[in-house]
Amino acid sequence: MTDVQLGMPQFPAPDYPADVRARLEADAREVIARYPDSRSALLPLLHLVQSEEGHVTATGIRFCAELLELTTAEVTAVATFYTMYRRGPSGDYQVGVCTNTLCAVLGGDAIFETLREHLGVANGGTTEDGRVTLEHIECNAACDFAPVVMVNWEFFDNQTPQSAKDLVDDLRAGRPVQPTRGARLCTFKETARILAGFPDQRPGAVEESGGAGPATLAGLRLARGEGPAARVGPPRGAPAQDGRPARRQEGEE
Amino acid sequence: MTMAPANGGVPRPEAGGETSPEKLFTPVLSAFWDEPRPWTLETYLRHDGYAGARKALAMAPDDVIAYVKDSGLRGRGGAGFPTGMKWQFIPQGDGKPHYLVVNADESEPGTCKDIPLLFANPHALIEGMLIASYAIRCDHAFIYLRGETVPVLRRLHEAVREAYAAGYLGRNVLGSGLDLDITVHAGAGAYICGEETALLDSLEGRRGQPRLRPPFPAVAGLYACPTVVNNVESIASVPAILGRGKEWFRSMGSEKSPGFTLYSLSGHVANPGQYEAPLGITLRQLLDVSGGMRPGHRLKFWTPGGSSTPMLTEEHLDVPLDYEAVGAAGSMLGTKALQCFDETTCVVRAVTRWTEFYAHESCGKCTPCREGTYWLVQLLRDLEAGKGRMGDLDKLADIADNINGKSFCALGDGAASPIFSSLTYFRAEYEQHIKGKGCPFDPARSTAWADQSHPEVHV
Repeated sequence: MTDVQLGMPQFPAPDYPADVRARLEADAREVIARYPDSRSALLPLLHLVQSEEGHVTATGIRFCAELLELTTAEVTAVATFYTMYRRGPSGDYQVGVCTNTLCAVLGGDAIFETLREHLGVANGGTTEDGRVTLEHIECNAACDFAPVVMVNWEFFDNQTPQSAKDLVDDLRAGRPVQPTRGARLCTFKETARILAGFPDQRPGAVEESGGAGPATLAGLRLARGEGPAARVGPPRGAPAQDGRPARRQEGEE
Repeated sequence: MTMAPANGGVPRPEAGGETSPEKLFTPVLSAFWDEPRPWTLETYLRHDGYAGARKALAMAPDDVIAYVKDSGLRGRGGAGFPTGMKWQFIPQGDGKPHYLVVNADESEPGTCKDIPLLFANPHALIEGMLIASYAIRCDHAFIYLRGETVPVLRRLHEAVREAYAAGYLGRNVLGSGLDLDITVHAGAGAYICGEETALLDSLEGRRGQPRLRPPFPAVAGLYACPTVVNNVESIASVPAILGRGKEWFRSMGSEKSPGFTLYSLSGHVANPGQYEAPLGITLRQLLDVSGGMRPGHRLKFWTPGGSSTPMLTEEHLDVPLDYEAVGAAGSMLGTKALQCFDETTCVVRAVTRWTEFYAHESCGKCTPCREGTYWLVQLLRDLEAGKGRMGDLDKLADIADNINGKSFCALGDGAASPIFSSLTYFRAEYEQHIKGKGCPFDPARSTAWADQSHPEVHV
């Protein structure tokens, strides 16, 4: 008979070692205190257990269930609904390529294919060195910076297949990598802790990459009379001679 | 050198009309995003930050509700429901806690306004929340931020910390007697949580699935208590209304769609980005002043407010982008996410990808959406690959019809929108895939770098 796994955790699960349990419990109590009803803390607590082990384990589910007085089935039902909770071990850096329509059309599909070949992993797969997990992701609210790649949920805007290849090479080689919008990268586990509601304590992390990317300021600059950026074509308003788009000349590329 | 055709090659109807960017745009929310540290309380205060809240706290709560209602502010999250009316629906004197929940789950494909807004100026939201909480008598408000935007989460954590330290949050805010706590809550990846009742279930620690209505959140929302759920931009617009006055707000836009808003231009345009303008600007005007489509290309189809709003074409360039006019044109203003695709884009590919998204994000609660989106994907993948049959087109429309208006929530209606609208405007392109047994488009020509070696044209 075939054993169908479905990625479901196996119970009963062992508890965390006592010192880990004590540390996580203190954090969890702090999270729970932020809500009028303790169950509201479940999503942050799942981020918290993910910050400990890199994915939501059976032990993590048991921990959430015990602290919130839920069954492990109730916690599992929630953990499996949301895409940000991982069900198995993965890399330090989650590289997510947006392949929703707009990014895909503008090059997200090409970037994803390039990375898949370059890293030799399928969607959701992790490189052998455990550094990079490749995923295609849905629209991440940065369409004016398309095509977009997210690494541990920091923005890498206006990517190309080459820039994305360089990015994952740097990540695998341990070279520092700076997002276009966001702070210098921390590991997936450290990111999960911020998501659990614990502010990033690294000095300067809030400041990094400034207030807004160039596209964010496009309208403001025009309103100030600063004119559009240089890559803009000729002034609009003059109708095309034949009412059809001008075609690129053969051999222009 | 290639001349880009103006506005996709269509002559402007009113030559000499108002197209100067200084007069077309009205930066309010975005007014100081280019300052060195726009997200800080210090910068915000230099730009009249929290002045609107001070005015509101000096008024009676009911008067604040009436004021916002009179301003005509309508929800910026997609549906356009009057914000002040939402606040008025909260029963007062009922002895229950009231909650304000800000929907910062921005996930509608194409939509990219709330995330840059919160990244650049989170205090506009916090001040708006202070005003709204005072008005509806709420002492605990929540920001439900989608989890996939950690840079914004950092700024929100910091802004809330600053606001507590300066006395804009906490006990007895600015001596008004109002107590207010704000909890920043990160989601965990689920488009459906942008639907307000699914968001509430998610915030209660459950799977994000929509609830049956009635009861509406105003009566039984978070923890079954009266709850207002508002979009980020709606709430962030409130301080300026209080600060500069409802007449000022009404001086922009139209009678039924007053005020300013963020338009997000993306896709095959020369200058994608955020453009803050009065409601009712047209896509032609936006393209005119922002540089138009990318050089050498022509607009083919666009969405006025995300993938869930039926697509429009070149013939709709002059539709005023407000709630009424876009509705009259057969679509919806939605989130004002103007995704523009040029003639290199295969509409079947675009619709297939959006449909895969809806199938992936369908929560599974109701059958029409769960099963319908699955079958739409099967049909569309075959069509895109040239393996479809003519009868599949009617079948697509039929399945979409079985989802639209028959699903538990608006996700199903959204899934049907690209199907119906693309069949209306581009049926011939679907047929081309079937007859030619394949896709006639080269995806490489649609990429952002396709024309890179193309000589740049300087104005």
